[in-house]
Amino acid sequence: MKGNEALAISAIRYGCDGYFGYPITPQSEVLETLEAEMPWETTGMVVLQAESELASINMVFGGAACGKAVFTSSSSPGLSLMQEGISYLAAAELPALVVNVMRGGPGLGTIHPSQSDYFQATKGGGHGDYHCIVLAPSSVQEMADFVWLGWDLAFKYRTPAMILSDGVIGQMMEKVVLPDQRPRRTEEEIRQQCPWALNGRKGLRKQNIVRSLELDSAKMELNNIRFQETYRTIEANEVRIEMIDTDDCDFLLVAFGSMARVCEKVKELATDDGYKVGLARPITLWPFPYEQIGAVAKHCKGIMVAELNAGQMIEDVRLAAKSTECPIVHYGRMGGIVPNPEEVYEALKAQIINK
Amino acid sequence: MKQEIIIAGFGGQGVLSMGKILAYAGLMEDLEVTWMPSYGPEQRGGTANVTVILSDKRISSPIIDSFTTAVVLNQQSLDKFESKVKPGGVLIYDSYGIHREPTRTDITIYRVNAMEATFNLKSSKTFNMLVLGALLKACPMVKIESVLQGLKKALPERLHHLLPANEEALHLGESLIK
Amino acid sequence: MEVNDIIKPENLVYHKPALLKDCTMHYCPGCSHSTVHKIVCEVIEEMGATEYAIGVAPVGCAVFAYNYIDVDMSEAAHGRAPAVATAIKRLQPDKLVFTYQGDGDLAAIGTCETIHAANRGENITIIFINNAIYGMTGGQMAPTTLLGQKTATTPYGRRVDLNGYPLAISNLLAQLDGTCFVTRQSVHSPAAVRKAKAAIRKAFENSMARKGTSVVEIIGTCNSGWKLSPVDANNWMEEHMFEKYPIGDLKNV
Repeated sequence: MKGNEALAISAIRYGCDGYFGYPITPQSEVLETLEAEMPWETTGMVVLQAESELASINMVFGGAACGKAVFTSSSSPGLSLMQEGISYLAAAELPALVVNVMRGGPGLGTIHPSQSDYFQATKGGGHGDYHCIVLAPSSVQEMADFVWLGWDLAFKYRTPAMILSDGVIGQMMEKVVLPDQRPRRTEEEIRQQCPWALNGRKGLRKQNIVRSLELDSAKMELNNIRFQETYRTIEANEVRIEMIDTDDCDFLLVAFGSMARVCEKVKELATDDGYKVGLARPITLWPFPYEQIGAVAKHCKGIMVAELNAGQMIEDVRLAAKSTECPIVHYGRMGGIVPNPEEVYEALKAQIINK
Repeated sequence: MKQEIIIAGFGGQGVLSMGKILAYAGLMEDLEVTWMPSYGPEQRGGTANVTVILSDKRISSPIIDSFTTAVVLNQQSLDKFESKVKPGGVLIYDSYGIHREPTRTDITIYRVNAMEATFNLKSSKTFNMLVLGALLKACPMVKIESVLQGLKKALPERLHHLLPANEEALHLGESLIK
Repeated sequence: MEVNDIIKPENLVYHKPALLKDCTMHYCPGCSHSTVHKIVCEVIEEMGATEYAIGVAPVGCAVFAYNYIDVDMSEAAHGRAPAVATAIKRLQPDKLVFTYQGDGDLAAIGTCETIHAANRGENITIIFINNAIYGMTGGQMAPTTLLGQKTATTPYGRRVDLNGYPLAISNLLAQLDGTCFVTRQSVHSPAAVRKAKAAIRKAFENSMARKGTSVVEIIGTCNSGWKLSPVDANNWMEEHMFEKYPIGDLKNV
């Protein structure tokens, strides 16, 4: 099953209430799969092809305001259009899931895989001080799993979560174990779990308002402080990273998503040659695993950050290693080019191992 | 066991679905599999290729640059991938339209006349199954039964009447490897 | 007669709808918004829809509609109310869902969302206040601003060669197969208010009967933006606005 298809089916199984999206390569299979599955006949899930990404994300806003589990998916240019809505979701403290199957930019760019939206995804993206929880799958299995994790975290912290994938993971087929179907939540359950949700003043309960506008600066600052407190809690509790043979490695590779798969092979090649290379694969890109990478930086001789961009995550790796002398270099390809493991290994040897 | 296969040809030759069926067959035998296509507009008539990896261990990179086996179905693909077969590996190519033959001596090379053989079949759409049959004869990485099982799973029920034609093509493909 | 006699229920001839909250509105005196808010509240009450009504507020003067209309409400980003309402209604088909939008929100930045929601026949009601000007940002030109009309961004009057023509978007929406009811009303006289209220009632009933998208355009005044007294603004509206935007039903199926 393709990554995009696994993600779509996993969403239905979660008990998703609605999907709103607009076609764009390389993620159109999400909408196509959902339309073909016709979940409205089985679980009652709504699937709608919107007129634009702008409409999609605002439909997600409407659904999220009702306490529903809703999501959208797109690829890089579409995500740029959605930034307005994501900022509003963060400001209104609404849980939602947004999927970016990245392609090379800027502009219309290419349809081929890239990781050049790292900054956009992890540093906010839209206007205002906010973060999305950002999950980076590196397998088809994780495309399926992170749908559930994404929504669970989004609801737990009332904040949008993002799956930051790319064309490799979206288009690739692998073995995948899908979760069992879970029922969608009833209105009663939503009333209990999301007392803020818009579902009408049943029993003449107090009016619920979903808003982000606050013209009183003093109050708006308090809102901002509340958001920041949530972000600190997330940073304290939700960092996820896969560490492979990093305990006593001499050299460290840091990569996420599809590049982590390439680097796993690089690690195999290096191990065959007798080098002790570890691999750190951040799973949450925000909150970033500063501590875990910083700990390895203390004892290893060099770090290479490999990304499908000009050097974005490397800035976080530098922050993670700021108290160490460990040299950090970058290996990047852009524009939709995915390097093969041999190329990356050559760079690792030239810039780190034999330095 | 680890097989790293590139299948390359023209869009429309069934390259991607051949890879998909091979991957499904791997799944039937409980192997780890990855299927990584070139995607986008080139699927509609340009060159298309797909990398399939079958392994009994966790697969690292789905993107690789050297292969244990290459199946190439046109001249461009032969030119591109001949050099990327690992020493000791296998190259299978369809002779149709080939004007520059492969020259490597450190790999096993099979020349098959799959396109011509297809002309004798009822449906030219089973060309890719014929090639798959040849591949599995040359490199028996999965059983033909697993391919048929995989096909059955991959095809919607309304297309199951096509299964016998596909099986026939698989066996004809096997007979092309001498 | 004592005060206590006057306020006896049997002597009551008029009361504020309970859904219209007891607070001071931020709208300018003479503005049409307050009247439309009141009739929206009255209709929801009369339909017994308080427990299942959900509104979507725009960006514009009516952004604070939820401070006055006491039902569940969401803000929407500028122009996106029809998209937000689409999801709310599709995910909760048993609710009464309406948007409340101004001319900039609906007919400029949100044209795309408006047309597509209406074209899909979303079972929502769009209440559209057209006062031919951007009130909240300080009186700039709206897509519905009349030719020759002076605004902060057309200080010498709207010119076709510079700004194009006023947009009668309701006429456009009436052409779409997804709309079941498109009407243009006003609230400048008691008779007009009664008609506007009946139109909103009909629109809300259509939404609950899932007949498609209903659009109630209300030609309103913005005496602050127009730089006229409330009375003069009403007169100016009758003289100029009604010519370009005639009152009456555009579609009723």
